[in-house]
Amino acid sequence: MTPTWVRAAELAASVLFILALKGLSSPKSARRGNLLGALGATIATFVAFFYGEEFFGGPIQHLPEIMIAIAIGSIIGWIAAKRVQMTQMPQMVALFNGVGGGAAAVISVIEFLSAGNEETVASLTATIFTVVVGSVSFTGSLLTFAKLQELMTSRPVVIPLGRFITIGVAVGTVVTAVALVMNPSNTLLWLLLGLSLTLGILLVLPVGGADVPIVISLLNAFTGLSVAASGYVLGNVLLIVAGTLVGASGTLLTRMMAQAMGRPLTNTLFGAFKAKATTAAASTEDRPVKSASPDDVAIMLAYARKVIIVPGYGLAVAQAQNTIRELVELLVAKGIEVDYAIHPVAGRMPGHMNVLLAEANVPYDQLKEMDEINPEFPATDVALVVGANDVVNPAARDDKTAPIYGMPILNVDQAQQVVFLKRSMRPGFAGIENEVLFDPKTSLLFGDAKDSLTKVVSALKTL
Amino acid sequence: MDAIALLTIFVLSIFVGIEVVSKVSAILHTPLMSGANAIHGVVLVGAILVTGKATDNVQLYLGLTAIVLASINMVGGFVVTDRMLEMFKPKKAEKEEVSK
Repeated sequence: MTPTWVRAAELAASVLFILALKGLSSPKSARRGNLLGALGATIATFVAFFYGEEFFGGPIQHLPEIMIAIAIGSIIGWIAAKRVQMTQMPQMVALFNGVGGGAAAVISVIEFLSAGNEETVASLTATIFTVVVGSVSFTGSLLTFAKLQELMTSRPVVIPLGRFITIGVAVGTVVTAVALVMNPSNTLLWLLLGLSLTLGILLVLPVGGADVPIVISLLNAFTGLSVAASGYVLGNVLLIVAGTLVGASGTLLTRMMAQAMGRPLTNTLFGAFKAKATTAAASTEDRPVKSASPDDVAIMLAYARKVIIVPGYGLAVAQAQNTIRELVELLVAKGIEVDYAIHPVAGRMPGHMNVLLAEANVPYDQLKEMDEINPEFPATDVALVVGANDVVNPAARDDKTAPIYGMPILNVDQAQQVVFLKRSMRPGFAGIENEVLFDPKTSLLFGDAKDSLTKVVSALKTL
Repeated sequence: MDAIALLTIFVLSIFVGIEVVSKVSAILHTPLMSGANAIHGVVLVGAILVTGKATDNVQLYLGLTAIVLASINMVGGFVVTDRMLEMFKPKKAEKEEVSK
């Protein structure tokens, strides 16, 4: 029998995981919650070595190799997590999620190889479920990483007949999985593995850049479920509890994120198949835009009564969070009312911008959420959009053919004047044209966000 | 343990999982996703278990691969979540100290 103290420790770890998720749901307790989770995971890992004879058929084997493997993985994970910049956080999470799914799939492959023919149908089904879902999560997450890291285009990739290929591969996966349950064979297992890995890629390819975070969250829930299923195979209660907790909370979280973007989940996943190619007909060069100098922008801001800052991912990429804070402090000192308008998905993920601005010591009370700030735009003199595009694109409100149609946006087009700080005329992450840029009341200041802001700040100081 | 007992645990865990995150604010979506991601890194336990009873080299090397992947997930996940949440903390701590 597994020693009682091991099972008691697993119970403690399960409770710690629940407390961790509970803690992570509120800003005050979030950090402690995460540490409780880490404590639970440490306890769980420690007791895994003490399952005893029943499980290992003797003392645990290959102990030195196992310790070395844990050390290697931990060091890689630690360094990656410490080195990553805050702006690259979403793809890091995607990567961690992918390797977790990969681990679950590999575990099930081993289980199948060692006991394929002797397993019960229920256990075999769970094994095969884990292989499929874990593999989909693995390649799917790696692809979201590639998209966010811009190793490949972030736009939806639609291959010819893509929909039919995806459906074909999905059906093939299910058929192979069923065949495997009825008649376990190693050949079929490798076939299933190949199909599942392909399916992960095919499912994520057509997802557009702005929707990628939702997919990460969904794949996160998938990995959770595959961990739960491998817990069933191994008869391990802790894995079932932890995996199911993540699967259930991840599914709910995915739905909440999709709601924040005003997009039903099916639309996120399969939208690209329906959407027409939306490359703007008029080429960008031959449409007039009004560009402004840093001095113009400084004057505009200095004589405003109310200014709303709309920070986007471009701000974070340029590492301009501190400069924008400095600018806002100057304006506030002049008696101008300044707020930050935070779109729920500003940055690359829901809540990402809050993290980035918190890093730059921007006070919480200046951060206004979308629903709170939107009615204030008509009474705003200047809306200053720094490195954001899709979240202020009225196409989401007005143009039914736009891929982002239905996503709630910040209504900067209703402000008296709009200033965009942009690097170039390149469209945003979703790859669609923004009409506000061509509005006569809009001025554009081209350049790196940090450079531009620094110039505006020094111009403001001399006024 | 018998199948029904495991199924019971599974079903009850679904309800707990939904319940604990039902009131999360949008600000915390990213850290919560990241934290949940770290928790499923506990698949490391499963990786250790199958490797500890590996009977041939294929199983051993596959198992060690799973261990490396799972530990990256677990350790990286918790560290990265902590770094995100660190950003939320310092100002409050300062304020508390001032008020003392």
